[in-house]
Amino acid sequence: MTEHTTKDHAALAGDFNIDENRVDWHDETLWWVRAKRDKAVNQLPEWEALREAASLIKHNVLANLDTYLLQFEANAIANGVKVHWAADADEHNKIVHSILQDSQVTRMVKSKSMLTEECGLNEFLSKKGIEVIDSDLGERIVQLAEEAPSHIVLPCIHKKKEEIGELFHKHLGTPAGVSDPQFLTDTARAHLREVFLTRKATLTGVNFAIAETGEIVVCTNEGNADMGVNLADVHIASMGIEKLIPEKKHLSVFLRVLTRSATGQPITTYSSHFKSPAKGKEMHIILVDNGRTEQLGREDFRNSLKCIRCGACMNTCPVYRRSGGHSYHTAIAGPIGSILAPNLDMEKYGDLPFASTLCGSCSNVCPVKINIHEQLYKWRQVIVKAGHAPAAKKISMKAMALTLASPTAYNMAGKTARWVLKHAPFAVNNSLNPWYKHRDMPESPERSFKEWYSVNRKSSK
Amino acid sequence: MSTSKSKELILKRTAANKPEQSLLPDISFFEKNIKGSLDAFSTVLTAIGGSVYLIHDLAELVAVANEKYAKDSRIYSTVPEIQKLIKQTPLESNDGHDLENVELAIIKAHFAVAENGAVWITDDLMDNRTLPFICQHLAVIINENDIVPTMHEAYLHPATKHYNYGSFIAGPSKTADIEQSLVLGAHGPKSMTIFVLLNPDQS
Amino acid sequence: MTVGLFIPCYVDQFYPGAAIATLQLLEKLGVNVVYPLNQTCCGQPMANSGFEHLTGGCNDLFLKNFSEFDYIVAPSGSCVLHIREHLHDDKSPGGKTPVSQKVYELTSFLTDILKVTSLPAKFPFKVGMHQSCHGQRGLHLSQMSELVAPAFSKPGSLLNMVEGIEIIPLNRVDECCGFGGTFCVAEEAVSSKMGIDRVADHLDHGAEYITGVDMSCLMHMEGILNRQGSKVKVIHIAEILNAG
Repeated sequence: MTEHTTKDHAALAGDFNIDENRVDWHDETLWWVRAKRDKAVNQLPEWEALREAASLIKHNVLANLDTYLLQFEANAIANGVKVHWAADADEHNKIVHSILQDSQVTRMVKSKSMLTEECGLNEFLSKKGIEVIDSDLGERIVQLAEEAPSHIVLPCIHKKKEEIGELFHKHLGTPAGVSDPQFLTDTARAHLREVFLTRKATLTGVNFAIAETGEIVVCTNEGNADMGVNLADVHIASMGIEKLIPEKKHLSVFLRVLTRSATGQPITTYSSHFKSPAKGKEMHIILVDNGRTEQLGREDFRNSLKCIRCGACMNTCPVYRRSGGHSYHTAIAGPIGSILAPNLDMEKYGDLPFASTLCGSCSNVCPVKINIHEQLYKWRQVIVKAGHAPAAKKISMKAMALTLASPTAYNMAGKTARWVLKHAPFAVNNSLNPWYKHRDMPESPERSFKEWYSVNRKSSK
Repeated sequence: MSTSKSKELILKRTAANKPEQSLLPDISFFEKNIKGSLDAFSTVLTAIGGSVYLIHDLAELVAVANEKYAKDSRIYSTVPEIQKLIKQTPLESNDGHDLENVELAIIKAHFAVAENGAVWITDDLMDNRTLPFICQHLAVIINENDIVPTMHEAYLHPATKHYNYGSFIAGPSKTADIEQSLVLGAHGPKSMTIFVLLNPDQS
Repeated sequence: MTVGLFIPCYVDQFYPGAAIATLQLLEKLGVNVVYPLNQTCCGQPMANSGFEHLTGGCNDLFLKNFSEFDYIVAPSGSCVLHIREHLHDDKSPGGKTPVSQKVYELTSFLTDILKVTSLPAKFPFKVGMHQSCHGQRGLHLSQMSELVAPAFSKPGSLLNMVEGIEIIPLNRVDECCGFGGTFCVAEEAVSSKMGIDRVADHLDHGAEYITGVDMSCLMHMEGILNRQGSKVKVIHIAEILNAG
């Protein structure tokens, strides 16, 4: 699993931008997904009302999270489901392992779960000698490539079909040079069918957990969650505690907004409601905190927990499209990732809130109305106050603050800048000036507006 | 740390950190008190790769199936009338693996949702939970009257009240994970056909 | 009514033409405009970099200079948004000071306060309208493509009053140009790629000029255009509305 622990987003994005054609391809592919979303939502005149309803339901969930957690647990247990609680990623992984050990399982199939990416489950189990096969096609592809998914809904959006063809040739025996998506998918279908038929334990994520009934809902287009669970003896469902919704009827709102936001489809092919395990089988739900209660306590950032993991913010983000998910060096990338990750480790992920122009597009496609761009701004203040700004930046910002607080200093600085641009352009028109790499500097006017005004108008102050 | 200690800790932290009360919205105004349109349903389902046949009785369905599928393909149905028509041998075990070679599964759904082409199927209509997913092709029967306009009416329908397992299934299994090229038949059925049983007075 | 004119720092220093046009336009529309000579900056470059806590001096200077006016008008969506949302003092530590709420971006001042319905301007050219993000999504100067909501545009409605102007269509009507303040140098690669793509959209549709409410976006796009040797020019909307 690749992990860029030393390079920050700017450096990784710089690497990503070396191949401009590839950036264009990545950008246009994701813009097209945004365009499909636009087409779908514009067919619902009630779209904005749905967003508001989804947002209010989630606000209610956060305000009553402890109550709903207890209600959910009680109902799940009454349904014959075993409920586990994990305070952190490590505990979650250990619980999964112990469930597998109890069932003498050494090979598990997984349906999509970004939570397990967050927890590093696959590596943990691998070290314990447990084989995990990801069954979502995109996840299987990145698993074969030994990479992390780059997008929470479209895991291998960064991979071209020729590259996927090569991977399948190497690992699944397809002929070299074949890249036809139908052929490759048929190959994966056969390969993963064999996996489904032979595995005794399946792990899924959870899209929604209903407090009122204790059931969980898993949404897929491929049917891999249902294939995996229904053929196995043990179902393990891992969920972040924020995935709760109060009542079953609220699913009507969420199932209408989720997939339209994610891919522009009215609904995923399968929206499966798992309430009680089949006779003779086991179902486990693991409720995971891993920093969520901490985020809950952050007044400015708790609304990030409304997230239903649709990925719309990534598709619309002009920076994400042109830097790719891996530039964010965290399980969940893009705008939502940039307001979730600093809560886990402010130093490691302190670069992410700055990987944005604060354009606000994300907040306005978010189906649950998370004020992402405002939280990005606020995280910047928190991160700098916590001391995670580079020393040079601190000095230059202090200098800027002093200059801008004094009209005399400001006028002097402005005049100097204009003089340098005019008479000593080489001082700024060089490789030390990042602006200059792809852009010319502005021209230096004869006079500032202030100077013009002093000559051409009288001022009262 | 034991799971019960973690439970205590998580609940304690949640209680301490949660925001002020925020009331649930009333979502009843999203409900349209109208029937779902068969035309709308068919349009959406066709657009997402499914097919729709209008039939007057189940014998018509069997005729279509016999035409499309080879004589030695295994056809499995949960519907007694169809089981008779195709002379189906009863399922001997509870094991979903025994359905692995089913070419065509013919089942019923409780109702359909017009806005997204989905049908609602619960475990009591499946015989075995693997059936709607493990078959190569899926055929589902709905009654013409059992179509609701949106998900709001769907969750008001009595069939969504009690089940152990249920799924909204909208069209054939699919993926677009390879360069956004849509491919039907990822892991679940490669095709899905809805047979709409028309009202008797419609012939 | 007396209006205090607030000119963004980089407009004051590098694009005085936009400021002159703003002043002249307001005066033409019968407004009594005063430009406090001791103004400097709104503090946004520091705030957006995480140094909001250093903007006190800047904020105090702004409040001192502008507290007496009925309205404060600035030819910038970005600065106005920052002032409205983030400018704070001891009395209003969370922002939204009484003075902040009187600050208007130029085009919205014309449409909402002056209620301008015609302009004697002439600008017979093909013009691409760039929807600067902070003005559009922050100040709601025009409708954004993300929402399912009726279309409208305050700057657009003013441009439509200009004789001879042809507003060109675009593929992506409101994608960000990539300037983003210190982002333009801190994330140089992505910033310039965004600017190159934005410019290409305008060029593909035959723009002779690119305009908008924020000179910062235009400065960034101008840098790219000049590097490409393009004949296309950027021009602040105030200069178009004041033209002819």
